[in-house]
Amino acid sequence: MEGPAPAAAEPVPERRGEPATVLERCVTGIEGLDNILGGGIPRGNTVLIAGSVGTGKTTLSLEFLLRGAERGERSLFLSVTEASGKLVQNLSTFEFFRTDLVADGSLVFVDLPVVYEKLGLEREELSSDELDILLRTIRDMVRALGVKRLVLDSLTSLCYRIRTDEQIREFVLRFGEEMSAIGCTSLLVSEITPTQGRYSTRGVEEAIVDGIVLLWNARRRGDILRVLQIVKMRGSAHSHAQYVIELTPIGLLMTPHLKGNRNEEEG
Amino acid sequence: MTPGDIGDRLRSLPPGTAVALKLDPREYADQYFAVLSAALRDVGSDASTHTIYVAVTSPASFVWSLAQALDVSSDRISFVDAISHLMMRFADPLPNATYVESPRALESIMLRVEYLLRRSKSPRSTVIIDSVNSLAVHNPPELLSEFLHILLNNLKSRQVLTLVLQTTEEQAASVEQLLNLVVDETIDVARLGP
Repeated sequence: MEGPAPAAAEPVPERRGEPATVLERCVTGIEGLDNILGGGIPRGNTVLIAGSVGTGKTTLSLEFLLRGAERGERSLFLSVTEASGKLVQNLSTFEFFRTDLVADGSLVFVDLPVVYEKLGLEREELSSDELDILLRTIRDMVRALGVKRLVLDSLTSLCYRIRTDEQIREFVLRFGEEMSAIGCTSLLVSEITPTQGRYSTRGVEEAIVDGIVLLWNARRRGDILRVLQIVKMRGSAHSHAQYVIELTPIGLLMTPHLKGNRNEEEG
Repeated sequence: MTPGDIGDRLRSLPPGTAVALKLDPREYADQYFAVLSAALRDVGSDASTHTIYVAVTSPASFVWSLAQALDVSSDRISFVDAISHLMMRFADPLPNATYVESPRALESIMLRVEYLLRRSKSPRSTVIIDSVNSLAVHNPPELLSEFLHILLNNLKSRQVLTLVLQTTEEQAASVEQLLNLVVDETIDVARLGP
Protein backbone atom coordinates (compact mmCIF):
# COMPACT_ATOMS: atom_id res chain seq x y z
CA MET A 1 0.00 0.00 0.00
CA GLU A 2 1.33 3.43 -0.88
CA GLY A 3 0.23 4.81 2.47
CA PRO A 4 -3.34 5.68 3.23
CA ALA A 5 -5.54 6.80 0.39
CA PRO A 6 -6.83 10.36 0.71
CA ALA A 7 -10.54 10.59 1.25
CA ALA A 8 -12.97 13.30 0.39
CA ALA A 9 -14.15 15.37 3.31
CA GLU A 10 -17.64 14.41 4.37
CA PRO A 11 -19.20 17.25 6.31
CA VAL A 12 -22.41 16.87 8.21
CA PRO A 13 -25.13 16.95 5.53
CA GLU A 14 -26.51 20.45 5.15
CA ARG A 15 -29.28 21.70 2.92
CA ARG A 16 -29.24 25.24 1.63
CA GLY A 17 -30.69 27.67 4.13
CA GLU A 18 -31.14 25.04 6.81
CA PRO A 19 -28.87 24.36 9.73
CA ALA A 20 -26.90 21.12 9.61
CA THR A 21 -28.45 18.20 11.46
CA VAL A 22 -26.70 17.62 14.75
CA LEU A 23 -26.14 13.90 15.04
CA GLU A 24 -25.99 12.24 18.40
CA ARG A 25 -22.47 11.07 19.12
CA CYS A 26 -21.20 7.88 20.58
CA VAL A 27 -18.35 9.28 22.66
CA THR A 28 -15.62 6.66 22.27
CA GLY A 29 -14.00 7.72 25.55
CA ILE A 30 -10.62 7.66 23.81
CA GLU A 31 -9.80 11.32 24.22
CA GLY A 32 -7.61 11.85 21.17
CA LEU A 33 -9.98 9.93 18.93
CA ASP A 34 -13.02 11.89 20.11
CA ASN A 35 -11.14 15.12 19.46
CA ILE A 36 -10.36 14.29 15.84
CA LEU A 37 -13.85 12.88 15.28
CA GLY A 38 -15.49 16.07 16.41
CA GLY A 39 -16.88 14.55 19.60
CA GLY A 40 -17.22 10.87 18.77
CA ILE A 41 -18.67 8.49 16.22
CA PRO A 42 -22.17 9.40 15.02
CA ARG A 43 -24.46 7.08 16.98
CA GLY A 44 -25.41 3.96 15.03
CA ASN A 45 -22.57 4.21 12.52
CA THR A 46 -20.76 1.08 11.40
CA VAL A 47 -17.02 1.68 11.23
CA LEU A 48 -14.28 -0.44 9.71
CA ILE A 49 -11.14 -0.60 11.84
CA ALA A 50 -8.63 -1.56 9.18
CA GLY A 51 -5.00 -2.39 9.68
CA SER A 52 -2.28 -4.95 9.35
CA VAL A 53 -1.03 -7.23 12.09
CA GLY A 54 0.15 -5.54 15.29
CA THR A 55 -1.22 -2.10 14.58
CA GLY A 56 -3.58 -2.01 17.58
CA LYS A 57 -6.98 -2.80 16.03
CA THR A 58 -8.15 -5.15 18.76
CA THR A 59 -6.79 -3.03 21.61
CA LEU A 60 -8.49 0.09 20.24
CA SER A 61 -11.74 -1.85 19.87
CA LEU A 62 -11.52 -3.25 23.39
CA GLU A 63 -10.94 0.21 24.84
CA PHE A 64 -13.95 1.51 22.88
CA LEU A 65 -16.12 -1.13 24.55
CA LEU A 66 -14.60 -0.73 27.98
CA ARG A 67 -15.06 3.05 27.93
CA GLY A 68 -18.63 2.51 26.82
CA ALA A 69 -19.37 0.03 29.61
CA GLU A 70 -17.93 2.53 32.09
CA ARG A 71 -20.40 5.11 30.77
CA GLY A 72 -23.33 2.73 31.25
CA GLU A 73 -23.59 1.67 27.60
CA ARG A 74 -23.79 -2.10 27.37
CA SER A 75 -21.03 -3.34 25.11
CA LEU A 76 -20.64 -6.57 23.17
CA PHE A 77 -17.50 -8.15 21.75
CA LEU A 78 -18.10 -10.80 19.09
CA SER A 79 -14.90 -12.76 18.73
CA VAL A 80 -14.34 -14.91 15.70
CA THR A 81 -10.86 -16.19 16.38
CA GLU A 82 -9.65 -15.33 19.89
CA ALA A 83 -11.11 -16.94 23.01
CA SER A 84 -13.03 -14.60 25.34
CA GLY A 85 -10.95 -15.56 28.36
CA LYS A 86 -7.79 -14.37 26.65
CA LEU A 87 -9.44 -11.11 25.62
CA VAL A 88 -10.53 -10.42 29.20
CA GLN A 89 -6.95 -11.09 30.27
CA ASN A 90 -5.77 -8.51 27.73
CA LEU A 91 -8.23 -6.01 29.19
CA SER A 92 -6.58 -6.27 32.57
CA THR A 93 -3.55 -4.45 31.15
CA PHE A 94 -5.71 -1.31 31.20
CA GLU A 95 -5.41 0.39 34.59
CA PHE A 96 -9.02 1.52 34.38
CA PHE A 97 -10.38 -1.99 33.76
CA ARG A 98 -12.94 -3.11 36.35
CA THR A 99 -13.79 -6.80 36.58
CA ASP A 100 -17.28 -5.93 37.78
CA LEU A 101 -18.10 -4.59 34.29
CA VAL A 102 -17.73 -8.13 32.95
CA ALA A 103 -19.34 -9.72 36.00
CA ASP A 104 -22.47 -7.54 35.86
CA GLY A 105 -22.89 -7.95 32.10
CA SER A 106 -22.03 -4.38 31.11
CA LEU A 107 -19.29 -5.84 28.95
CA VAL A 108 -20.24 -9.05 27.21
CA PHE A 109 -17.96 -11.39 25.27
CA VAL A 110 -19.36 -13.90 22.84
CA ASP A 111 -17.32 -16.44 20.90
CA LEU A 112 -18.83 -16.55 17.43
CA PRO A 113 -17.75 -20.17 16.83
CA VAL A 114 -20.02 -21.13 19.75
CA VAL A 115 -22.88 -19.27 18.05
CA TYR A 116 -22.13 -21.07 14.77
CA GLU A 117 -22.32 -24.36 16.59
CA LYS A 118 -25.61 -23.55 18.30
CA LEU A 119 -27.11 -22.44 15.00
CA GLY A 120 -25.78 -25.47 13.20
CA LEU A 121 -23.65 -23.33 10.87
CA GLU A 122 -20.85 -25.80 10.72
CA ARG A 123 -20.18 -25.94 7.01
CA GLU A 124 -17.02 -24.20 5.90
CA GLU A 125 -18.91 -21.93 3.53
CA LEU A 126 -21.99 -20.04 4.69
CA SER A 127 -24.95 -19.81 2.33
CA SER A 128 -27.06 -16.67 1.98
CA ASP A 129 -29.74 -18.24 4.14
CA GLU A 130 -27.21 -19.10 6.83
CA LEU A 131 -25.83 -15.56 6.74
CA ASP A 132 -29.36 -14.32 7.21
CA ILE A 133 -29.79 -16.58 10.25
CA LEU A 134 -26.49 -15.35 11.69
CA LEU A 135 -27.41 -11.71 11.13
CA ARG A 136 -30.82 -12.13 12.78
CA THR A 137 -29.23 -13.90 15.71
CA ILE A 138 -26.76 -11.04 16.24
CA ARG A 139 -29.54 -8.48 15.89
CA ASP A 140 -31.74 -10.31 18.39
CA MET A 141 -28.85 -10.59 20.84
CA VAL A 142 -28.12 -6.86 20.53
CA ARG A 143 -31.81 -6.03 21.03
CA ALA A 144 -32.31 -8.41 23.94
CA LEU A 145 -29.26 -7.18 25.82
CA GLY A 146 -29.77 -3.53 24.95
CA VAL A 147 -26.29 -3.32 23.43
CA LYS A 148 -25.14 0.17 22.46
CA ARG A 149 -21.62 -0.71 21.30
CA LEU A 150 -20.53 -3.73 19.34
CA VAL A 151 -17.21 -5.00 18.02
CA LEU A 152 -16.88 -7.81 15.50
CA ASP A 153 -13.29 -9.08 15.53
CA SER A 154 -12.79 -9.80 12.83
CA LEU A 155 -15.00 -9.22 9.84
CA THR A 156 -12.13 -10.62 7.80
CA SER A 157 -12.34 -14.01 9.50
CA LEU A 158 -16.08 -14.10 8.95
CA CYS A 159 -15.62 -13.15 5.28
CA TYR A 160 -13.36 -16.15 4.76
CA ARG A 161 -16.52 -18.21 5.13
CA ILE A 162 -18.49 -16.16 2.61
CA ARG A 163 -18.04 -17.11 -1.01
CA THR A 164 -19.08 -14.15 -3.12
CA ASP A 165 -18.53 -10.39 -2.96
CA GLU A 166 -22.28 -9.90 -3.36
CA GLN A 167 -22.95 -11.93 -0.21
CA ILE A 168 -20.41 -9.87 1.73
CA ARG A 169 -21.91 -6.64 0.45
CA GLU A 170 -25.40 -7.78 1.39
CA PHE A 171 -24.30 -8.94 4.84
CA VAL A 172 -22.41 -5.74 5.72
CA LEU A 173 -25.17 -3.55 4.31
CA ARG A 174 -27.89 -5.28 6.31
CA PHE A 175 -25.73 -5.46 9.41
CA GLY A 176 -25.22 -1.68 9.23
CA GLU A 177 -28.93 -1.05 8.70
CA GLU A 178 -29.98 -3.28 11.58
CA MET A 179 -27.45 -1.80 14.02
CA SER A 180 -28.26 1.75 12.98
CA ALA A 181 -31.96 1.12 13.54
CA ILE A 182 -31.22 -0.10 17.06
CA GLY A 183 -28.81 2.80 17.73
CA CYS A 184 -25.87 0.46 18.22
CA THR A 185 -22.48 1.81 17.15
CA SER A 186 -20.34 -0.94 15.66
CA LEU A 187 -16.69 -1.48 14.89
CA LEU A 188 -15.83 -4.14 12.34
CA VAL A 189 -12.20 -5.17 12.51
CA SER A 190 -10.61 -5.63 9.10
CA GLU A 191 -7.26 -7.32 8.71
CA ILE A 192 -5.34 -6.09 5.72
CA THR A 193 -1.82 -6.59 4.46
CA PRO A 194 0.46 -3.60 3.90
CA THR A 195 0.51 -4.18 0.16
CA GLN A 196 -3.21 -4.77 -0.25
CA GLY A 197 -4.06 -1.25 -1.37
CA ARG A 198 -7.54 -1.35 0.14
CA TYR A 199 -9.21 -1.35 3.55
CA SER A 200 -10.81 -4.79 3.57
CA THR A 201 -10.24 -8.34 2.38
CA ARG A 202 -12.42 -8.19 -0.69
CA GLY A 203 -12.65 -4.43 -1.12
CA VAL A 204 -16.46 -4.37 -1.03
CA GLU A 205 -16.91 -3.75 2.71
CA GLU A 206 -15.25 -0.34 2.68
CA ALA A 207 -17.76 1.20 0.30
CA ILE A 208 -20.71 0.23 2.48
CA VAL A 209 -19.59 1.11 5.99
CA ASP A 210 -20.11 4.58 7.43
CA GLY A 211 -16.57 5.08 8.55
CA ILE A 212 -13.03 3.81 8.12
CA VAL A 213 -10.28 4.14 10.70
CA LEU A 214 -6.98 3.05 9.20
CA LEU A 215 -4.03 1.87 11.27
CA TRP A 216 -0.59 1.09 9.90
CA ASN A 217 3.07 0.90 10.79
CA ALA A 218 5.23 3.68 9.42
CA ARG A 219 8.99 3.20 9.40
CA ARG A 220 11.28 6.11 10.00
CA ARG A 221 14.84 5.06 9.24
CA GLY A 222 14.21 1.65 10.75
CA ASP A 223 12.03 2.74 13.67
CA ILE A 224 8.39 1.72 13.64
CA LEU A 225 5.61 4.15 14.51
CA ARG A 226 1.97 3.12 14.76
CA VAL A 227 -0.14 5.58 12.78
CA LEU A 228 -3.91 6.21 12.75
CA GLN A 229 -5.98 8.12 10.24
CA ILE A 230 -9.72 8.63 9.85
CA VAL A 231 -10.29 7.92 6.19
CA LYS A 232 -14.03 8.54 6.26
CA MET A 233 -16.79 9.07 8.80
CA ARG A 234 -20.26 9.82 7.50
CA GLY A 235 -22.09 12.53 9.38
CA SER A 236 -18.97 13.99 10.88
CA ALA A 237 -16.57 16.77 9.97
CA HIS A 238 -13.43 15.00 11.09
CA SER A 239 -9.69 15.40 10.88
CA HIS A 240 -7.95 13.73 7.95
CA ALA A 241 -4.51 14.13 9.48
CA GLN A 242 -2.26 11.28 10.52
CA TYR A 243 -1.58 10.60 14.19
CA VAL A 244 0.98 8.42 15.91
CA ILE A 245 -0.58 6.28 18.60
CA GLU A 246 0.67 4.38 21.60
CA LEU A 247 -1.25 1.76 23.52
CA THR A 248 -0.64 2.46 27.19
CA PRO A 249 -2.08 1.21 30.47
CA ILE A 250 -4.14 4.43 30.65
CA GLY A 251 -5.48 3.86 27.15
CA LEU A 252 -4.67 4.89 23.63
CA LEU A 253 -2.70 8.13 23.35
CA MET A 254 -2.32 10.12 20.15
CA THR A 255 -0.06 12.85 18.84
CA PRO A 256 0.34 14.39 15.38
CA HIS A 257 2.53 12.42 12.99
CA LEU A 258 5.49 14.69 12.34
CA LYS A 259 6.12 15.31 8.68
CA GLY A 260 9.49 17.05 8.45
CA ASN A 261 10.98 16.08 5.15
CA ARG A 262 9.08 12.84 5.25
CA ASN A 263 11.24 9.90 4.37
CA GLU A 264 9.20 7.00 5.59
CA GLU A 265 7.94 3.75 4.28
CA GLU A 266 4.36 2.87 4.95
CA GLY A 267 3.66 -0.68 6.01
CA MET B 1 27.48 30.56 38.84
CA THR B 2 25.75 28.54 41.53
CA PRO B 3 22.75 26.22 41.43
CA GLY B 4 21.08 28.81 43.66
CA ASP B 5 21.48 31.52 41.00
CA ILE B 6 19.95 29.29 38.34
CA GLY B 7 17.26 28.16 40.77
CA ASP B 8 16.38 31.79 41.56
CA ARG B 9 16.02 32.58 37.86
CA LEU B 10 13.87 29.51 37.22
CA ARG B 11 11.64 30.11 40.23
CA SER B 12 10.98 33.67 39.10
CA LEU B 13 9.45 32.45 35.83
CA PRO B 14 5.68 32.17 35.40
CA PRO B 15 4.16 28.68 34.99
CA GLY B 16 4.22 27.35 31.46
CA THR B 17 7.49 29.01 30.52
CA ALA B 18 9.83 27.26 28.09
CA VAL B 19 13.47 27.98 28.85
CA ALA B 20 16.64 27.20 26.91
CA LEU B 21 19.60 26.67 29.22
CA LYS B 22 22.88 27.28 27.37
CA LEU B 23 25.85 25.33 28.67
CA ASP B 24 29.47 25.96 27.78
CA PRO B 25 31.11 22.71 26.58
CA ARG B 26 34.39 23.72 28.21
CA GLU B 27 32.74 23.75 31.62
CA TYR B 28 30.03 21.29 30.81
CA ALA B 29 30.29 18.98 33.83
CA ASP B 30 30.10 21.76 36.41
CA GLN B 31 27.40 23.66 34.61
CA TYR B 32 25.32 20.56 33.93
CA PHE B 33 25.44 19.54 37.58
CA ALA B 34 24.51 23.09 38.64
CA VAL B 35 21.50 23.03 36.28
CA LEU B 36 20.45 19.59 37.46
CA SER B 37 20.74 20.65 41.07
CA ALA B 38 18.74 23.83 40.43
CA ALA B 39 16.04 21.99 38.53
CA LEU B 40 15.67 19.08 40.92
CA ARG B 41 16.44 20.65 44.26
CA ASP B 42 15.40 24.30 43.95
CA VAL B 43 12.53 24.17 41.45
CA GLY B 44 11.58 20.54 42.07
CA SER B 45 12.06 20.54 45.83
CA ASP B 46 8.42 21.38 46.38
CA ALA B 47 6.51 18.19 47.15
CA SER B 48 3.79 19.30 44.72
CA THR B 49 6.19 19.29 41.75
CA HIS B 50 7.02 16.28 39.60
CA THR B 51 9.94 16.28 37.17
CA ILE B 52 9.96 14.42 33.86
CA TYR B 53 13.46 14.07 32.50
CA VAL B 54 13.81 13.31 28.78
CA ALA B 55 17.20 11.61 28.51
CA VAL B 56 18.71 11.71 25.03
CA THR B 57 22.34 12.46 25.90
CA SER B 58 23.07 10.09 28.79
CA PRO B 59 20.98 7.10 29.87
CA ALA B 60 18.40 7.62 32.59
CA SER B 61 20.42 5.38 34.90
CA PHE B 62 23.30 7.86 34.80
CA VAL B 63 21.08 10.89 35.45
CA TRP B 64 19.27 8.97 38.18
CA SER B 65 22.57 8.28 39.96
CA LEU B 66 23.24 12.04 39.97
CA ALA B 67 19.73 12.75 41.18
CA GLN B 68 20.21 10.29 44.01
CA ALA B 69 23.39 12.16 45.00
CA LEU B 70 21.13 15.23 45.25
CA ASP B 71 18.75 13.31 47.54
CA VAL B 72 15.90 13.35 45.04
CA SER B 73 13.36 10.64 45.79
CA SER B 74 12.21 8.32 43.01
CA ASP B 75 8.55 9.31 43.33
CA ARG B 76 9.36 12.91 42.35
CA ILE B 77 11.15 12.17 39.09
CA SER B 78 10.33 10.05 36.04
CA PHE B 79 12.42 9.46 32.98
CA VAL B 80 11.70 9.15 29.29
CA ASP B 81 14.87 7.42 28.15
CA ALA B 82 15.40 7.62 24.40
CA ILE B 83 19.07 6.65 24.33
CA SER B 84 19.60 3.43 26.31
CA HIS B 85 18.26 1.18 23.56
CA LEU B 86 20.54 2.83 21.04
CA MET B 87 23.53 2.48 23.37
CA MET B 88 22.66 -1.16 24.12
CA ARG B 89 22.41 -0.31 27.80
CA PHE B 90 18.98 -1.62 28.48
CA ALA B 91 19.77 -4.61 30.67
CA ASP B 92 18.73 -3.06 33.95
CA PRO B 93 15.71 -0.78 33.41
CA LEU B 94 14.76 1.71 36.10
CA PRO B 95 11.30 1.38 37.63
CA ASN B 96 10.72 5.12 37.26
CA ALA B 97 11.72 5.20 33.58
CA THR B 98 9.92 4.51 30.33
CA TYR B 99 12.11 3.58 27.38
CA VAL B 100 11.74 4.79 23.81
CA GLU B 101 13.61 2.70 21.29
CA SER B 102 15.26 5.53 19.43
CA PRO B 103 15.72 9.30 19.64
CA ARG B 104 14.29 9.36 16.12
CA ALA B 105 10.90 8.23 17.43
CA LEU B 106 10.04 11.82 18.37
CA GLU B 107 6.31 11.16 18.52
CA SER B 108 6.95 8.36 21.02
CA ILE B 109 8.87 10.79 23.20
CA MET B 110 5.90 13.18 23.10
CA LEU B 111 3.49 10.40 23.95
CA ARG B 112 5.58 9.15 26.87
CA VAL B 113 5.76 12.68 28.27
CA GLU B 114 2.00 12.88 27.88
CA TYR B 115 1.60 9.52 29.58
CA LEU B 116 3.73 10.54 32.55
CA LEU B 117 1.97 13.89 32.87
CA ARG B 118 -1.40 12.15 32.98
CA ARG B 119 -0.22 9.68 35.56
CA SER B 120 1.37 12.30 37.76
CA LYS B 121 -0.69 13.26 40.76
CA SER B 122 1.36 16.40 41.34
CA PRO B 123 -0.34 19.67 40.51
CA ARG B 124 2.88 21.08 39.02
CA SER B 125 5.31 19.53 36.57
CA THR B 126 8.70 20.34 35.10
CA VAL B 127 9.96 18.72 31.90
CA ILE B 128 13.71 18.69 31.22
CA ILE B 129 14.86 17.90 27.67
CA ASP B 130 18.51 16.82 27.66
CA SER B 131 19.41 17.91 25.08
CA VAL B 132 18.48 19.66 21.86
CA ASN B 133 21.99 18.95 20.56
CA SER B 134 21.54 15.22 20.97
CA LEU B 135 18.14 15.34 19.32
CA ALA B 136 19.70 17.27 16.44
CA VAL B 137 22.29 14.53 15.93
CA HIS B 138 19.56 11.99 15.22
CA ASN B 139 16.88 14.09 13.53
CA PRO B 140 16.74 16.46 10.56
CA PRO B 141 16.04 20.11 11.45
CA GLU B 142 12.54 20.13 9.91
CA LEU B 143 11.43 17.22 12.06
CA LEU B 144 13.09 18.56 15.19
CA SER B 145 11.54 21.95 14.63
CA GLU B 146 8.05 20.42 14.38
CA PHE B 147 8.69 18.29 17.46
CA LEU B 148 9.82 21.19 19.62
CA HIS B 149 7.04 23.42 18.38
CA ILE B 150 4.29 20.90 19.18
CA LEU B 151 5.75 19.60 22.44
CA LEU B 152 6.65 22.96 23.93
CA ASN B 153 3.35 24.58 23.01
CA ASN B 154 1.47 21.63 24.46
CA LEU B 155 3.45 21.86 27.69
CA LYS B 156 2.99 25.63 27.78
CA SER B 157 -0.77 25.27 27.52
CA ARG B 158 -0.66 22.91 30.48
CA GLN B 159 1.39 25.30 32.59
CA VAL B 160 4.39 22.99 32.61
CA LEU B 161 7.83 24.55 33.08
CA THR B 162 10.05 23.20 30.30
CA LEU B 163 13.83 23.33 30.40
CA VAL B 164 15.69 22.60 27.17
CA LEU B 165 19.39 21.99 27.61
CA GLN B 166 21.68 23.09 24.81
CA THR B 167 25.42 23.16 24.44
CA THR B 168 26.78 26.28 22.77
CA GLU B 169 29.36 26.16 19.98
CA GLU B 170 28.34 22.62 19.05
CA GLN B 171 25.01 24.06 18.10
CA ALA B 172 24.13 24.23 14.42
CA ALA B 173 22.83 27.66 13.47
CA SER B 174 19.51 26.25 12.29
CA VAL B 175 18.87 24.52 15.63
CA GLU B 176 19.75 27.70 17.50
CA GLN B 177 17.28 29.61 15.34
CA LEU B 178 14.45 27.19 15.83
CA LEU B 179 15.04 27.05 19.55
CA ASN B 180 14.80 30.84 19.68
CA LEU B 181 11.41 30.56 18.02
CA VAL B 182 9.93 28.17 20.54
CA VAL B 183 11.35 29.15 23.92
CA ASP B 184 10.27 32.13 25.98
CA GLU B 185 13.55 32.67 27.73
CA THR B 186 17.20 31.78 27.31
CA ILE B 187 19.51 31.47 30.27
CA ASP B 188 23.19 31.52 29.45
CA VAL B 189 24.48 29.51 32.39
CA ALA B 190 28.09 30.60 31.84
CA ARG B 191 27.13 34.25 32.21
CA LEU B 192 25.30 33.86 35.49
CA GLY B 193 28.43 34.27 37.52
CA PRO B 194 30.38 33.91 39.66
